[in-house]
Amino acid sequence: MYTASDLRKGLKIQIDGEPYIVTEFDFSKPGKGQALYRTKMRNMITGIQFTQTYRSNDKFDRPNLEERNMQFLYAQDDEYHFMDTVSFEQIFLTKEQLGDNLSFLIDNMEVQVLFFGDRPIDVTLPTFVNLEVTVADPWAKGDTSGSDTKPVTVETGFQLQVPPFVEKGDKIQIDTRTGSYITRVKE
Amino acid sequence: MLTPEGLRQRSNLLQAIRSFFLERDYIEVDTPLRLPVLIPESNLIPFSSEDCYLHTSPELCMKRLLARGCTRIFQICHCFRKEEHGRLHQSEFTMLEWYHKGWDYFDLMQQCEALICTLGRQLSHGSASSPLQYLSWRDCRVALTPPWNRLTVTEAFQRYAGRDVGAVLRAGNFDEILVTEIEPHLGRERPVFLHDFPVELGSLARRSRQNPAVAERFELYIAGVELANGFSELVDPLEQRHRFALEQATLRAAGREVLLPEKFLAELRLVGETAGIALGVDRLCMLLMGSPDIATVTPFIFEEL
Repeated sequence: MYTASDLRKGLKIQIDGEPYIVTEFDFSKPGKGQALYRTKMRNMITGIQFTQTYRSNDKFDRPNLEERNMQFLYAQDDEYHFMDTVSFEQIFLTKEQLGDNLSFLIDNMEVQVLFFGDRPIDVTLPTFVNLEVTVADPWAKGDTSGSDTKPVTVETGFQLQVPPFVEKGDKIQIDTRTGSYITRVKE
Repeated sequence: MLTPEGLRQRSNLLQAIRSFFLERDYIEVDTPLRLPVLIPESNLIPFSSEDCYLHTSPELCMKRLLARGCTRIFQICHCFRKEEHGRLHQSEFTMLEWYHKGWDYFDLMQQCEALICTLGRQLSHGSASSPLQYLSWRDCRVALTPPWNRLTVTEAFQRYAGRDVGAVLRAGNFDEILVTEIEPHLGRERPVFLHDFPVELGSLARRSRQNPAVAERFELYIAGVELANGFSELVDPLEQRHRFALEQATLRAAGREVLLPEKFLAELRLVGETAGIALGVDRLCMLLMGSPDIATVTPFIFEEL
């Protein structure tokens, strides 16, 4: 059990049988008054946010959450199948659950899958991934038009801005947290 | 955690506070931090220390010094309150507390204005001829030129929350509405003294002679931050014992058995008419230095130890 005094940003708690993560938190206590724990939370399954003020004697269950190393196998009918790299157990997540992660997910990628009990609910990708550029305008050497970047498309269909020297067929490293270009990768 | 330059600014602030009071004929006192019995306060949780407690404020001992004949005293000390952590809270924090015999809470409000203007002037590299006129914190630019605003609790609940404070008290959500709907508006353009609290929220404050439903208590707000809590002291031992007994009952209902500070109650009749105030030094430092929270203006926070 957690009590209200354990609340802080990033804490995961269970309310009405569902896991929540605290996204914003503020402790207030008017002079000589009672402690108030103003909390903004996100439901880790539905993504719905809500705010609530708790008091010292409020209690919360700890959600049964576990992260497991898994490998992405294949996608079929909006179901994305992953395999536990230790037990070889297979599970799938929906397109909706993966959300923006799909911009960077490629076959055989190793990811962290978050389970709530037996139920897979979220995926964390590696911070940096290497993806191949599939569409890029050629670099006009000596171009002095002053443009510092140009748009390219990578193998997942994701588009981003890169330096002008990046060409089709290059592999580039991308930060999955921001979706921004890091460097060109030599292989 | 503070850098050497920040530590110097904090040191300057502490010295400026001492100078302010010494120039006004106060004496500095240093009372024990470890006490066998505390003032019963249901909203504070003390730390135990062997068979004693660490004090949550120096109020009890300082009033006993007044009973012994002191007339103007101040203290800068650490206080300890369990389970208080946040942008404006640390379990161990620095308090400035002072008492002036013969004064009431309106006299103290004026001295508060003078103190903070003086400190602001000295810390902002200003001079007496160009006093600090504004304090900037977060999205507020607060004009410091006195006189500051005065607003009763009743007016504040009406103006900012559209509610009757009596109804709010009966519903048991006074603190919640104060924090969420009222405090954010207080002292944004000019500091404000929120005063005349319902008497049940001022266990150590004197009942107002004009309106017995309220206590002569105020809170100073600057940029939405509660900075100081002062009052005309309750010095009637019988009424004080009665109010303590109410707190004691609230504590008992919550499973906490406490004794009453009998030596304090026995000496209270010797205190005489007095006003006293406690001010959060870390918060003041934060406001004057423009820092985002009090952790940034203390030498260490607990997590760093």
